[in-house]
Amino acid sequence: MSASQPCRLASNSGAGSQIDRDKPLSFTFNGKSYQGYAGDTLASALLANGVDVINRSFKYSRPRGVVAAGAEEPNAIVQLGASEAAQVPNVRATQQSLYDGLTARSTNGWPDAQRDMMGLVGKFGGPFMPVGFYYKTFKAPASMWRTYEKYIRKAAGLGRAPIESDPDIYDHLNRHCEVLVIGSGPAGLMSALVAAGSGVRVILCDEQPTFGGSLLDSGETIDGMAASEWASNAVERLAAMDNVTLLPRTTANGYFDHNFVTLHERRTEHLGDTAPTLDGRRQSRSRLHRVRTRHVVLASGAHERPLVYAGNDVPGNLVAGALSTYIRRYAVRPGQRLVLSTTNDHAYRAALDWQNAGGEVVAIADARANPDGELVERAKAAGIRIVTGSAVIEATADRKGHRVSGARIGAIDIEGFRVSGEVETLSCDTVATSGGYSPVVHLAAHTGVRPVWRDDILGFVPGQTASRVEGFSVVGAAAGLYPTGALLEDAVAQVVRALESDGIDAESVKIPDIETLREGSAVALYQVPHDKPTMRAPKQFVDLQNDVTAAAIELATKEGFESIEHVKRYTAMGFGTDQGKLGNINGMAIAARCLGQTIPQTGTTVFRPNYTPVNFGAIVGRHCRELFDPERYTAMHQWHIEHGAAFEDVGQWKRPWFYPQKRRDNADGEFESMHEAVMRECRAVREKVGVLDASTLGKIDIQGPDAREFLGRIYTNGWEKLAVGKARYGLMCKDDGMVMDDGVTTCLADNHFLMTTTTGGAAAILEWLEIWHQTEWPELEVYFTSVTDHWATLTLTGPEARNLLAELTDIDLDRDSFKFMEWREGAVAGVPARVYRISFTGELSFEVNVQANYAMQVWEALFAHGAKYGLTPYGTETMHVLRAEKGFIIVGQDTDGSMTPEDLGMHWCVGYNKPYPWIGKRALTRSDTRREDRKQLVGLKPLDAKVVLEEGAQIVLDPQQAIPMRMVGHVTSSYYSPTLDHGFALAVVKGGHKRMGERVYLPMPNGETHMAEVVGSIFYDPKGQRQNI
Amino acid sequence: MFHIYCPYCAEYREEEEFHPKGQAHIARPADPTASSDDAWGDYLFFRDNPRGVHHELWVHAVGCRKFFNITRDTRSYAILETYRMGEQPGVTAETATLAERDIERRTSDTATIQGVPS
Ligand SMILES: [Zn+2]
Repeated sequence: MSASQPCRLASNSGAGSQIDRDKPLSFTFNGKSYQGYAGDTLASALLANGVDVINRSFKYSRPRGVVAAGAEEPNAIVQLGASEAAQVPNVRATQQSLYDGLTARSTNGWPDAQRDMMGLVGKFGGPFMPVGFYYKTFKAPASMWRTYEKYIRKAAGLGRAPIESDPDIYDHLNRHCEVLVIGSGPAGLMSALVAAGSGVRVILCDEQPTFGGSLLDSGETIDGMAASEWASNAVERLAAMDNVTLLPRTTANGYFDHNFVTLHERRTEHLGDTAPTLDGRRQSRSRLHRVRTRHVVLASGAHERPLVYAGNDVPGNLVAGALSTYIRRYAVRPGQRLVLSTTNDHAYRAALDWQNAGGEVVAIADARANPDGELVERAKAAGIRIVTGSAVIEATADRKGHRVSGARIGAIDIEGFRVSGEVETLSCDTVATSGGYSPVVHLAAHTGVRPVWRDDILGFVPGQTASRVEGFSVVGAAAGLYPTGALLEDAVAQVVRALESDGIDAESVKIPDIETLREGSAVALYQVPHDKPTMRAPKQFVDLQNDVTAAAIELATKEGFESIEHVKRYTAMGFGTDQGKLGNINGMAIAARCLGQTIPQTGTTVFRPNYTPVNFGAIVGRHCRELFDPERYTAMHQWHIEHGAAFEDVGQWKRPWFYPQKRRDNADGEFESMHEAVMRECRAVREKVGVLDASTLGKIDIQGPDAREFLGRIYTNGWEKLAVGKARYGLMCKDDGMVMDDGVTTCLADNHFLMTTTTGGAAAILEWLEIWHQTEWPELEVYFTSVTDHWATLTLTGPEARNLLAELTDIDLDRDSFKFMEWREGAVAGVPARVYRISFTGELSFEVNVQANYAMQVWEALFAHGAKYGLTPYGTETMHVLRAEKGFIIVGQDTDGSMTPEDLGMHWCVGYNKPYPWIGKRALTRSDTRREDRKQLVGLKPLDAKVVLEEGAQIVLDPQQAIPMRMVGHVTSSYYSPTLDHGFALAVVKGGHKRMGERVYLPMPNGETHMAEVVGSIFYDPKGQRQNI
Repeated sequence: MFHIYCPYCAEYREEEEFHPKGQAHIARPADPTASSDDAWGDYLFFRDNPRGVHHELWVHAVGCRKFFNITRDTRSYAILETYRMGEQPGVTAETATLAERDIERRTSDTATIQGVPS
């Protein structure tokens, strides 16, 4: 053993199949430098260097070390990354490949895990955080929560997200195959071989860098060769086949409906903090494969279950199989003197491997009275002391609690849950335990299938319920089938059956020859009894990550929690990032014992995606930054940018919000505020002429002999008399009578209409038209096409609008021949155009619609001619002020899905006498919609002219009443009007239409109360004369 | 994520292309004025929420834009059939129960989950 890596076995030991001793690597943990080898995991490298303490625990701040060797690791969770941008929290050291320069820190621990600065919390922790502490401690007083939270977060760590942007890129890839095999242990490899042989598309994935699973460290012989060699031969054969995709370092994280599985492939996380470049291009850090497959073959294996005993969290306590993994794969023996406590034969391999690697096996405590399997015989032959009918009841720690110092073993009475004989203390530095195996049923549980308990294997297997999944097989240890020979045979049979169900003949496959060991049966033991009662014994941890003890579970059952789901939530068992992979079943067993029932009576265990944590980058893929959501630009977008527009997001559209200009009176070139710009734009429209890019309005082209009939059914008002060349405002309700959209529809020809919708509602309205047509009125011949993007809309508005447009068009704009609410076809700036004379500002307006591709030319022509008329571009904010002055509503702002046309004072737009019972009509005569105290749209005039009421502010009639006051409505739109020179608002008020002239009050959070007068909703030009000039 | 067979496109497509639109076969009363306030309220607001076989209305929103029906098992999320507007379901709660008993009988000897033959 080298001095720098005291626990690394010598190269002549023959151990260390995964490491390359010719490639030493440097890494840093908590600021200290260490050496490891290529092929190491961070955990194996830390163990090789004799690093015992990786973290401080979440609740009690106890030192914690490596417990396992894979995805189930609860303790060795680190924060990765040398730079701020590369920070990754919650990385399992057991699954993180080592690379040169790797920098990691303890996730918990302040300031670090080694120094005992958290002694205060450690001592404090017991009384401070009892079981159910979230519920008990923080119930009252609520005002103390901030204090608690700050303290707990600092103490607990929990890892942290980077505060700089992630420099890496991540991919998503859609894949399709006939057979997806999850896991590459013996059952997975065999399944893949059978499926691949039939010629169908096969994907084989495994979370580890090397395929082979348990074969990599089993001592078995398959077909006359070492198991690991058989595995690598099988992988070679698969790699040579065109129909096979091999994905190592790839975790199947979620199993979703209809055989959709997400695979998280870590492509470069073993190479560095950030992804390296290849041929000058940055590679993706990880890739999310979205796999749709005909068959899923779940070969996810089993996790060894540790026993629960006093002091089982001290560094140096590991699950037995992890020892074999560290020794055989990484040439690391993390200690000198081992005591093994087991309930089964299989764990004996760990003791034999330990001894072969030069360690001392002090004793094996076997819970069974007469263990007699072949591995037991081998241990006896190797001279190992075996103490039967016994278990490690307590692991003792050195003075600082940094490492196991001994094991107390005693004879136990499992049935009576008591220590039944003398307790002997053995000196050792490592305690390994095995309570049997838990099949990895997680993915099966994702589909909603509850695992079922099997007494014969002492574990849960994927269940079979009414909610079954098509094309799903479970093979090998995941199905609770452990002997290698039997599981290979079963895997072949299951895959052949799956292929045959699709009519595919599988090639006959020879089952390899395996030497089968005679195994003695295992005994059921979860929590080991202590010589003190559980409540008074030293802590016996069940969930190491969340610091849940056996005593906490016992207390929960004593406090009346009988459902395992409640016990879990009360104790927080299984709520860590490991989802309780090691602890949940032990916890259930303890609850079952306390409640005097069996494990299946107590419940089952459910897991949810993701199997292991996935970073956000992988989930997001390329859907970030400018590709996060599509952005839609109008044809004039570039002009808006060049003229300094501030933009507003309306759905996916970028709309000019206002156009701030340089202040004329300011030598520094300072820009107008939004308020100043909007006031200027408003005045320009009211006094001269403005232009709005209204292209984003939804436009639906409606054609067919029944188009007119359809409009009459879908709108509240009448359409039968609308002549060609005319336009009409329409109001659309849902069948509950509530307003859902509005807009102007024009009659282009007798069977051809153009409907406009709100910008945000365009897609939903198109779907709305389709659903009624397709599901209720298929007999109507009518067709709907979205033409929003095809037409650009340029709204010229203001007293000079006609004079300006006349310079550019051949259309006769005379007020008597081209009347309000009419449209004409002609050329504008040489471009074919439809011009609508409609108004959303109350001023004389022409909406010029041209093909979007020509719109920029027309827009620029308007400005070329517009200077002398004072043409001013205006944005959505000015549009809002101008329309609100006129009392024009915005559906979705002044309405909220609970407003009828009557509530809005728009009975003039409701055709009660239309022949067809149009959408919404029936509901308008329900008693609730006829109530007179419904919230109704009104105007509000603040008594203080300078006040602009807050949108959303609540309205009361009596400001003196006690809190909570009776609220009678709220403000929906509110602006300052430069034309009226005072603030004004639209609001909904209960019975508002009959409250004209009344005073209402708006109490604000700062204690101020505004006063306002209820007025009509039209503030400007109530007779509508200005649009008719 | 569902894999949905659009009966108009005659293809399986990903759920992302579809929108669910609630319970299928809700007919609008032909003469709304003849329906009582209660009956109209039922039509507007009340829907079934069965555990088991359910008929749903979906739209191939970013595909062919056609509405169609899905018969789905709300326990397993298995889609038992899809069919066009105006057609009636081939699978109902009654017929599905019979098929289920048959499957349970055939698969009860194995601990693994077997598929429903399509
Ligand atoms: Zn379709």
